Amino acid sequence: MTARSRSPRRARIPRSHGGSRSDVGGWFLPVLPNTRIERALRRLNRIPHLTRASWRAATSAIALAIGLTLVTAGPASASFWAPQKGGSPNADRIHTLYAVVFVVGVIIFVAVFGALVYAMVKFRARPGAVAEQLHGNTRLEIGWTAGAAGIVLILGIVTFLMLPGIRNPDNSDKDGFDLAGYQTAKDKDLLPPNGKSLNIDVNGQQYAWRFTYPDKDADRQNNVQAYEEMVVPTGTTVTLDIRSSDVGHAWWIPKLGGKADALPGYTNHTWFKVPAKALRNDDERENGRVFTGNCAELCGRNHANMTAQVRAVTPAKFQEWLDRQKADLIAAHEAAVEFRAKQAASDKAEAAAAAAVDDATEPTDSAAPSGAQR
Amino acid sequence: MATVTATPIPQVVAHKVEKPVTGWVDWVTTTDHKKIGIMYLVLTFAFFGVGGVEALLIRLQLAVPDNTLLDFKTYNQLITMHGTTMIFLFVVPVMAGFGNYFVPLMIGARDMAFPKLNALSFWMLAAGGLVFYASIFFNPPECGWTCYVPLASKDYLPNGGVDSWIFLVHLTGIGSLVGSVNFYVTIANLRAPGMTWSRLPLFAWTILTYSVLLILALPAIAAAVTLLLTDRHFGTNFYDPAEGGSPLLWQHLFWFFGHPEVYIMVLPGFGIISEVLPVFARKPIFGYKAIAASTLTIAFLGLMVWAHHMFTTPSPSVVLVFFMVSSMLISIPTGIKIFSWIGTLWRGTIIFATPLLFAVGFLGTFLIGGVTGVILAIYPVDWQLHDTYFVVAHFHYVLMGGAVFAVFSGLYYWFPKMTGRMMDEKLGKISFWTMLIGFHTTFLVQHSIGLDGMPRRIPEYADVGNLAIYNLISTIGAFILGVGILITAYNALRSLKHGAVSGPDPWKANTLEWFTQSPPPQNNFDAVPRVRSVEPMKDIRAEIERRNNEPKPVEA
Repeated sequence: MTARSRSPRRARIPRSHGGSRSDVGGWFLPVLPNTRIERALRRLNRIPHLTRASWRAATSAIALAIGLTLVTAGPASASFWAPQKGGSPNADRIHTLYAVVFVVGVIIFVAVFGALVYAMVKFRARPGAVAEQLHGNTRLEIGWTAGAAGIVLILGIVTFLMLPGIRNPDNSDKDGFDLAGYQTAKDKDLLPPNGKSLNIDVNGQQYAWRFTYPDKDADRQNNVQAYEEMVVPTGTTVTLDIRSSDVGHAWWIPKLGGKADALPGYTNHTWFKVPAKALRNDDERENGRVFTGNCAELCGRNHANMTAQVRAVTPAKFQEWLDRQKADLIAAHEAAVEFRAKQAASDKAEAAAAAAVDDATEPTDSAAPSGAQR
Repeated sequence: MATVTATPIPQVVAHKVEKPVTGWVDWVTTTDHKKIGIMYLVLTFAFFGVGGVEALLIRLQLAVPDNTLLDFKTYNQLITMHGTTMIFLFVVPVMAGFGNYFVPLMIGARDMAFPKLNALSFWMLAAGGLVFYASIFFNPPECGWTCYVPLASKDYLPNGGVDSWIFLVHLTGIGSLVGSVNFYVTIANLRAPGMTWSRLPLFAWTILTYSVLLILALPAIAAAVTLLLTDRHFGTNFYDPAEGGSPLLWQHLFWFFGHPEVYIMVLPGFGIISEVLPVFARKPIFGYKAIAASTLTIAFLGLMVWAHHMFTTPSPSVVLVFFMVSSMLISIPTGIKIFSWIGTLWRGTIIFATPLLFAVGFLGTFLIGGVTGVILAIYPVDWQLHDTYFVVAHFHYVLMGGAVFAVFSGLYYWFPKMTGRMMDEKLGKISFWTMLIGFHTTFLVQHSIGLDGMPRRIPEYADVGNLAIYNLISTIGAFILGVGILITAYNALRSLKHGAVSGPDPWKANTLEWFTQSPPPQNNFDAVPRVRSVEPMKDIRAEIERRNNEPKPVEA
């Protein structure tokens, strides 16, 4: 015990007096120079010799691949590298915020990846090269920690500056749909600063969306409803109350901004405002421009077929559409009332006829006990 | 007390000698951490193969617009099986496999602290996999690996698939929990003399963190799936909004487990990278303490970011802001790790063996996953990207390009130790480049697929935008990736018989597992040297060198 405490190394590793590599200690396994492996390891480090022609071929092949991708995808749609935009200011602002973060990310990637590649090329094992046995560099480590924290801080500040514009609805444009008389009982934070928006109820169900439009009265039974396609006026802030009546769904029209989950038992909110200039030609000004999206939360087997459409039309066209829907609704209601009255009359007539028959066949049975009496 | 071998051995007189069990009985009844580790690795790589075939079927279905190869039901089953297999049956347990085999060896222990519990963990995992895959004979689950309610409730998915998923989570969860306690106790108590906490190998640090995270996160998912089970079968209404329950409760419980799970999967990968890079750069790890500390910081922050999976749910802004900030903060310790790894390579003499290639492939790929992670953490941006292929690309960069590349690095690095034979370098390099090219072809373009408006988990898409060409590229890449993985599989099987004999320490590595024979004997070490640094093997080699160069003592 005393021997160990005085000189633990000697006590533990028995000293070999043999001197040759292979018999260092009785218990310690010999580290054999395994030439086959060592030679293989040395071979690994050779840069394969490529002729000038093959370098050129490889470079041009890569350049061609990148170029083709850019040609086919890049200009054709901005969504190659960033989210879609163009249908609503919040989508545009998300695009801008993404672009800022993306550029920062690309710079970080290029810097770090560049350092990695530089290290790989510069510090590959060469004959005679000796690795520098350093364990760290406190100043450098604190430096890059602070640098990373600084970048995160800047990204955070940019995000918080841009957040209100994305989250909070804008006011409607002057030439938007006239919202006078429309009321929305809604948290003020969810409405534009002037408190006026076209508030549409969106209800997700397997596998379709139902849209309920507001009108100027308090009766919700006579509101206009639509399935599959939501028609909205341009230049008008549309706020959405999103619900689900079965499983979880997610409302998403990429060009009109972000997603909002439809979850049973909860009401979710989002908004958009299609600018008047989003209608790009006469055809769109006449028939409206359609923005499409998919349900973005797995909702069952037909999830892929749960599409959503928003057709943006001019306020005048929207008024026409709303009036037509309303007229149809009233007509349908009147038809239903008429039908019900007709049916009631015929039921009455039938009952009277049946009673007459009953009276004729079983005159004494009219005092049979009813449920209440029993 | 001059040498260990001089200790007198007590004589035991045996009246009856048990015949040693051999063959499959030995494997089934073993409590040896190395055999259990091998079983873990074989089983999990088998599941990796199955999950990979499922992935290829998914990519085949998505190769062209409006494809009718698979019906919607089968497709939903495939995405559920693929996600669940890869997460519960491959990436998490494969780390337990490496941990099982190498943690005791690295810390100079003879076995895990509780060998029988160790066997129990493995058989729980096997049972979980069996129960889950038994569902293919009746009705596999079709709710995605997240099994969101109400879709996973009895009303919408009444068949037994979801139940098999619940039992998988329970069984593998018990296995992981028992295994985690075992790892923790082993690392806390069985370290070699002299191995203080600041000399613990970084892989052991990450396995320790992995265990703590599992112990903290698993109870949440166990509770969540138990509530789901009682909702489905015993008339409770924890998740039914019509009866006062809440579907958001499921999401919170699930992701309270689900996000730490991401770090559970990737942290041991970080550990493998931290072991491999110094060995092949012939340089000590740069900033050992910073790397160990950032592992713990990531774990700590990782427990408080779960709701960044729920940015699109109806949650108050203050919640969204909190989880955005905590998610962005995680990029700082992750950045420290990446910088330190590059610092490890800097001014080294880098040997381009296959383990190093995979480790560097991991670095570059994971870097992209980290950058897209910051983009996704910003919640207004996430509103556009959530549940799209952008997210699919992001987490495959982290888990496939990150964790799986690290696993392959570990496989090539430790294969000689486990089998006594080297894997073929040429095949390894071919496999690496094929996998790297295949991986980026598959997943880089998926960012654009998501930005172009394609959500996750849809079996067919309309031919709008550039979706058709992007998806075709992605599918082609998936098959290249598959070929790359097959080459490594072939390499491993071939090297079992034909690989070069490795000897105890073919890489001239730093940690104690290389001190013993390859493969190690049942008791691992006859004696363990005192550990004096993070790199005990370097000290031992230097000592041998010193003694060899000593002048021969003159014979008396």
